[in-house]
Amino acid sequence: MIPLMWYLIVAAMLFCIGVFGVLARRNAVAILMSVELMLNAVNINLVAFWRYLQPDKMVGQAFAAFVFVVAAAEAAVGLALIISVYRNRNTVDADNIDLLKW
Amino acid sequence: MTILQAVFILISLITLGGGLFTVTAKNLFHAALGLILSLAGVACMFGLLEASFLAGAQVLIYIGAIAILIIFAVMLTRGVMGAYPRTNDQWSYAIVVSLALLAVLIVTLFRFNWPPGAPAAVPADSIGLLGRSLVDPALYALPFEIASVLLVAALIGSIYVARDKR
Repeated sequence: MIPLMWYLIVAAMLFCIGVFGVLARRNAVAILMSVELMLNAVNINLVAFWRYLQPDKMVGQAFAAFVFVVAAAEAAVGLALIISVYRNRNTVDADNIDLLKW
Repeated sequence: MTILQAVFILISLITLGGGLFTVTAKNLFHAALGLILSLAGVACMFGLLEASFLAGAQVLIYIGAIAILIIFAVMLTRGVMGAYPRTNDQWSYAIVVSLALLAVLIVTLFRFNWPPGAPAAVPADSIGLLGRSLVDPALYALPFEIASVLLVAALIGSIYVARDKR
């Protein structure tokens, strides 16, 4: 039997890897990939809580399904924005996309 | 250590290794492949947690759709980042912040009293139960409909944003 703690620790590690990627990568597409890692870490947590705390109610699984939906929407809009920025400014470096910065 | 625990450790090593490769790889295409490895590990973890529907949905949606979308974006913006370093100049702070966050999370997890022992059995028809609760007006019918509206809005919006305006 796998303790609940193991799942939570792996999810925490995956989330922190994603945090590092979001903070440190230059390429906007790589930042988006790191966000996906963080969303997956949250999903592991939700499903582990469902399995270990309330397996008779479907709250955790339903929430994980909604996270899927939001992740798909986020990926579609984010990549559209990146492609639009690339077309207009010819870069996907997050350091150079500073039009709104003063 | 039982066989199940060994399988879990192997899967989590694959997941975390894929994740680390994703955030550190120099070649962005290799990073996308590492992301796919990590997503597959998460799907296996859903299988271990007996969430069979979510394991299938993870493979279909994340690996089948989102990862492919990301690879498309990598290829459409290819060759622009070659001369640059792959991390910005705040990467050392980023390591400190993420390790500090990990320490806080793990300390918090250990301070809480999780119920010990094996969990209760999953209901036999868990997929049917999930499907019914998603369309039950007393449970998640409204979030379910809002999620579909969100998907349509995101699709239309991304088509409009990515459209060639000339």
